[in-house]
Amino acid sequence: MIVAKQKPLEEIREMIEGYERILVLGCGTCTAICLAGGDKEVAVLVSSLRMADKISGKNRLFREHTVERQCEWEFLDEIEEQVKEVDAILSLGCGVGVQAISERFPEILVLPGLDTLFMGMPQEEGIWIERCSGCGNCILDETGGICPITRCAKGLLNGPCGGTRDGKCEVDPEKDCAWTLIYQRLEKQGKLELFDEYHPPRNFQVVMRPGKFMIK
Amino acid sequence: MTSQSQFEPQIIAFACHYCAYAAADLAGIMRLQYPTNIRIIKLPCSGTVDLLHILKAFEQGADGVFVAGCLKGGCHFIEGNIRAERRVERAKGILDSIGLGRDRLEMFFLSASEAPRFAEAAREMTERIRRLGPSPIKGV
Repeated sequence: MIVAKQKPLEEIREMIEGYERILVLGCGTCTAICLAGGDKEVAVLVSSLRMADKISGKNRLFREHTVERQCEWEFLDEIEEQVKEVDAILSLGCGVGVQAISERFPEILVLPGLDTLFMGMPQEEGIWIERCSGCGNCILDETGGICPITRCAKGLLNGPCGGTRDGKCEVDPEKDCAWTLIYQRLEKQGKLELFDEYHPPRNFQVVMRPGKFMIK
Repeated sequence: MTSQSQFEPQIIAFACHYCAYAAADLAGIMRLQYPTNIRIIKLPCSGTVDLLHILKAFEQGADGVFVAGCLKGGCHFIEGNIRAERRVERAKGILDSIGLGRDRLEMFFLSASEAPRFAEAAREMTERIRRLGPSPIKGV
């Protein structure tokens, strides 16, 4: 899933300065799961913004709504009427969501309430970790299911480098060395011979930016 | 605006059924005096208090809020009070960032037998909020 975090309240308030009617729009998929932009987070943000406004003597209108998924136009149809009644939409979806709303309703300004971070998974309550870079050239079959592109700080295809220390990375000693993990995993799977294989430089042409995929 | 001397704060107390609520009950039975500014909301566990409950209390004009849960290690649901503490801490951060100030919110830990402690918490919060003055949200 896509992991994101809410921007600081001060930054959000600065962004919405000058708009009187704002629709705070949540997304019920990825950002709801990472506790950044679901129904609840929308309610908390709106409550905070209303109180901050009252303290500073403002009286803006905040509407709250959460769609199932911001990144698909079909799910945005339900806000069509509300969009006509506001000056701006503050999206609590990922960057894709913000752009999808903006493309669906080009006449209205869409502001990002979140900073989109990465594709990842929950490690424990409140902690998410990056697992995939979406490089379009998956080699997980050769690396014991551990992605060196994402989890090695240097993105090495042939590791480990000389900077590995007791299974930790020299770039950030808090983080595990991906290639040590790969070695340990392959050893457990009895496939250490894969470790000796040389990985040629990646084909960066697989995903041209911006990416596009069509089922043939 | 009400002058400082006349100001009677409205304080919402989210109290756990197994400790703080029972302590408040016991305080009554023991005829302990504590300020009448406290409005108690009983919860099945302090861990059921939601960030939104706290914020809505302030949004609707509470001058102060406190959450009272069991002593650490004594939660009927193992770690509800620890969860509540984390939520209170998060809410304090929000109160700071909107300009209301973290001091209007507090978390207390006590057992069902600590009626004097409940009365003390009620007094402590009332005095603190009285010093801070009315919530700026209320007057608008």
